[in-house]
Amino acid sequence: MIKKILVGVIFSFSHSFVFAQSNAEEIAKYRQMIADGNPSELYEAAGEELWKKPAGPKNATLEQCNLGLGPGVVQGAFAQLPRYFSDTKRVQDVESRLMTCMETLQGIASQDVIKESFGKGLRKDIEALTAYVVTASKGAKVQVLAAHPQEKKMFDLGKKIFNYQGGPMDFSCASCHAEDGKRIRMQDLPNLTLAKGAVEGWGSWPAYRVSSGEFWTMQRRLNDCFRQQRLPEPIYGSEGTIALSMYMAKTAHGGVIQTPGLKR
Amino acid sequence: MADPMRVRATESGGVVDVKILMKHDMETGQRKDSSGKTIPSWHIAHVAIKAKDKEVFRGQFGTAISKDPFLNVKFKGAVKGDEVVVSWVDSKGESRTDKAIVS
Repeated sequence: MIKKILVGVIFSFSHSFVFAQSNAEEIAKYRQMIADGNPSELYEAAGEELWKKPAGPKNATLEQCNLGLGPGVVQGAFAQLPRYFSDTKRVQDVESRLMTCMETLQGIASQDVIKESFGKGLRKDIEALTAYVVTASKGAKVQVLAAHPQEKKMFDLGKKIFNYQGGPMDFSCASCHAEDGKRIRMQDLPNLTLAKGAVEGWGSWPAYRVSSGEFWTMQRRLNDCFRQQRLPEPIYGSEGTIALSMYMAKTAHGGVIQTPGLKR
Repeated sequence: MADPMRVRATESGGVVDVKILMKHDMETGQRKDSSGKTIPSWHIAHVAIKAKDKEVFRGQFGTAISKDPFLNVKFKGAVKGDEVVVSWVDSKGESRTDKAIVS
């Protein structure tokens, strides 16, 4: 198996005119090979435990958490996020909604999650819970129509931010993600302005990144995109990040969710 | 006990295919943290798989095995309904055992 991959890589280096094509094929083969052992499952298992374990000052579980389909309904919940919630009177993505549930049900302050670092402490708990929630929507179709006026407002804001050029290199999300056939180093860049590309992006994160051995949620992916563009660091779960998620999710509407994904 | 493993065992044509996902940082002892201090080595040392109380696989893992190891083992001799037991011990002496039923 490994020999096959090595031969494939050597071949693709010596024949540069088929470079792009066989690269994508080899990466696809690599993904298929490791698809059986996606370490995201370990995070999903940890998330399921956290969902059912009493925690926080109120010593309660998250089993009454309403992700949009009713208290405790996890199946298919991710497919309809982000969405407007009448109790918080705002549009929320999966991570900000989990923070709300942790605060209202368990008494854990959202600020404690926001000031934490990715992959540590409470942030890590949210990442595991996110893995649990998204796995329950694997194979489902994205159901985000942004019909509610607040949702439409967030979609428009997300689209604006997506196209907003800034920072020392005048980058916007569109600089990398608004054309077909682009790649950065060895990674194909999905065109997020069209349904097909949007579901490739929105529907494959959160994912386990083999190169760093970490489980990345969409909040982390957005945070890293901002870093790559040399833009200021966005606040965890902030309106801007939710707006971008809303833009991607609505554009991806009808596409099949593949999360949790596996990345190089 | 350490974090749980995911163990899956399926039987086809007399061969049992066991797929195991282990949760472990597998530090080589070569990495340094953000303050420049070396992160001490800590990794799974021994892995054993038993089926019907008989050892079918024994392995020594070292620093060449990467984080959150995935192990795929095939063996003959068990049938659907039998129990497969996977266990590991690491360099600190922590251990983990998980089971699966062959389907």
